[in-house]
Amino acid sequence: MKRPRTVGKILELAKDKSLHGVQPEVAIELFQCMKLIRFVEEAIADRYSEQKMRCPTHLSIGQEAVAAGVCLALNPDDQVFGTHRSHAHYIAKGGNIKAMIAEIYGKATGCSSGKGGSMHLVDLSVGFMGSTSIVGNTIPVAVGAAMANRLHKNGRVCCVFFGDAAVEEGVFHESANFAVLKKLPVLFVCENNLYSVYSPLKVRQPEGREIWKFAAGYGMPSAHGDGNDALEVFEKIQTALEHIRRGDGPFFLEFATYRWREHCGPNFDNDLGYRTEEEYLSWKERDPIALLEAQLLPRGAISQADIEEMERAIQAEVDEAFDFAERSPFPDPDEAFVGLYRE
Amino acid sequence: MDWSKNLIEEYELNSGIDIANETRKVSYTVAVREALDYALAEDESIFVMGQGVDDPSGMFGITLDLDKKYGSHRVFDTPLSENALTGIAIGASLTGMRPVYMHNRPDFLLMAMDQIVNHASKWSYMFGGHISVPIVIHATVGRGWGGAAQHTQTLQGLFMHVPGLHLVMPSTPFDAKGLILSAIADNNPTIIIEHRWLYRQSGHVPEGPYAIPFGRGVVRRIGKDVTIVAISYMVVEAMQAAEELSAEGINVEIIDPRTLKPLDEEIILQSVQKTGRLIIADTGWKTGGVGAEIAAMVAEKGFEYLKAPVKRVASLDIPTPACYVLEDRFYAGKANIVSCCKEILSVNTY
Ligand SMILES: Cc1ncc(C[n+]2csc(CCOP(=O)(O)OP(=O)(O)O)c2C)c(N)n1
Repeated sequence: MKRPRTVGKILELAKDKSLHGVQPEVAIELFQCMKLIRFVEEAIADRYSEQKMRCPTHLSIGQEAVAAGVCLALNPDDQVFGTHRSHAHYIAKGGNIKAMIAEIYGKATGCSSGKGGSMHLVDLSVGFMGSTSIVGNTIPVAVGAAMANRLHKNGRVCCVFFGDAAVEEGVFHESANFAVLKKLPVLFVCENNLYSVYSPLKVRQPEGREIWKFAAGYGMPSAHGDGNDALEVFEKIQTALEHIRRGDGPFFLEFATYRWREHCGPNFDNDLGYRTEEEYLSWKERDPIALLEAQLLPRGAISQADIEEMERAIQAEVDEAFDFAERSPFPDPDEAFVGLYRE
Repeated sequence: MDWSKNLIEEYELNSGIDIANETRKVSYTVAVREALDYALAEDESIFVMGQGVDDPSGMFGITLDLDKKYGSHRVFDTPLSENALTGIAIGASLTGMRPVYMHNRPDFLLMAMDQIVNHASKWSYMFGGHISVPIVIHATVGRGWGGAAQHTQTLQGLFMHVPGLHLVMPSTPFDAKGLILSAIADNNPTIIIEHRWLYRQSGHVPEGPYAIPFGRGVVRRIGKDVTIVAISYMVVEAMQAAEELSAEGINVEIIDPRTLKPLDEEIILQSVQKTGRLIIADTGWKTGGVGAEIAAMVAEKGFEYLKAPVKRVASLDIPTPACYVLEDRFYAGKANIVSCCKEILSVNTY
């Protein structure tokens, strides 16, 4: 994502270990990207009860660091496939926000012309290839796209995001095997947020299981990291990308993170009892945005005034996107037939 | 399963929606839960599994707290591994169990098509009928709120195509309870597809157990002008259409087959013999679907009864669009049934 900078002043800092060797400019980009995701999704949450966004909507609030860290490490022409919970992936890859909000509103100007809703986002201009709502089913598709990249010798990497539940699907394992077999340029990114809807990991996978070790078992290098630390994500992805771009085949990364709100929808649901308020609060304390801010501010990489300016600019962008969505027309009912086959 | 066989005899049903004199009313979801509850209590070989069966909302309420009552060894959440778990259910059924596998959406059954079609439906036949697969696969169709292409599919047409399966689509709380009990008692693989919008309904449901035999439809409304075979949630739409039409002096007869496989051909043919006109209203796609099959059956066996070409009311042949303006266009309902009835009554070619 190369959005126009909204921050005026960026101090030139020497490489600093605590920034994981990440350049301050990049760290600020990560920060800005996470803020943008957060602002967009909080606006969705705030306005959801107006009932104009009539589709199942899975928010990534709390998980922004993975999307930002991964997508900013990718090249603009690398590709990304997403899941049912992909606003963050789409935004971080540089997807058009107006078109995304319009899609959630079901408008003709939406990125999928109103056909898809929140769970089916696409922006081919930035390599966001599509997100779908069947768990695990974009994994092989990403492997296929990577195979095409290899055949085209275009040097592109294809990245696929999925949750901890997706590795329970056989198709993950079949895809991983093939990707390793053919040494394909695929980046597998598992966002482990501990739950599949209301089901905790322990009822789905043996206790003590480390997902990233699956991948190692298939013969691809794999690693895991703190998914709430955008710098760590960014740095680990860079290492993975070096491996992939060298032609050494796929790489698997698992990041630990946490969704703050309900599985689907704008509310908090810790009161239901499937997880505890304490657990939620302990993750909230490790808010990925606050964590990065705490690293940037004391170093003078960014000032409070910069942040405020950044927030104003982001808020304006978000407001504009909602305004665009609200003002856009609905598709004509006869549009229902358009797009089934391509001319 | 003797308990169920006996029940079928006890509650031999001839017609009508609800059992005569039954005054107890419960919701559809309670009726489903009662069936599972009864089966679990009655037979140790039954277990209920599926993504979210023990979740706080009890899978729309249909499995609420059954895990607490029967323990997590008999009512349990699963990994997201639909194909493997279907195979696992099949394996368990081959060795004495009667698994019930619950799904939030039929869309997720597509992951399990290998086990359902290559194994469950064929196991008995493939091995000379020496052993069968008594499993129940239950899924709830979603509709509305932009569920879109992958969370709203009504796949009964696919399953109706496959020999060796039973396919059950109850439209009332009464039928849901009785048909689930029959499905569990049956020695063969049964797919039960319910519709989320039916879960809003309440109806007369006896407190005790009863079973509704497969292959026996009911007349939901008696009429003489047009036969509407309505499937699942379309029964509700058809009943409303019938009200509207009756104000205009058109009397439709509504047949609810309740099970599509086996299909009660007799009840459909008898009705068409009386009315001479047939509309099939299904929640699925039109092409190659349930409506096509029923129309073909009537063309084969009741052609001489027909006074007009058969008509189908169905969803458009497109994936479900998310936007509600397009969703409205996609789904067929009361208005389509009403206009279809008028059209079919305007022709008299035979
Ligand atoms: C194959 C399949 N089974 C079930 C579902 C229902 N479902 C939707 S999202 C979800 C949870 C998936 O959890 P995870 O992959 O960890 O992602 P998260 O929602 O936590 O981001 C489930 C079970 C589905 N969409 N697809």
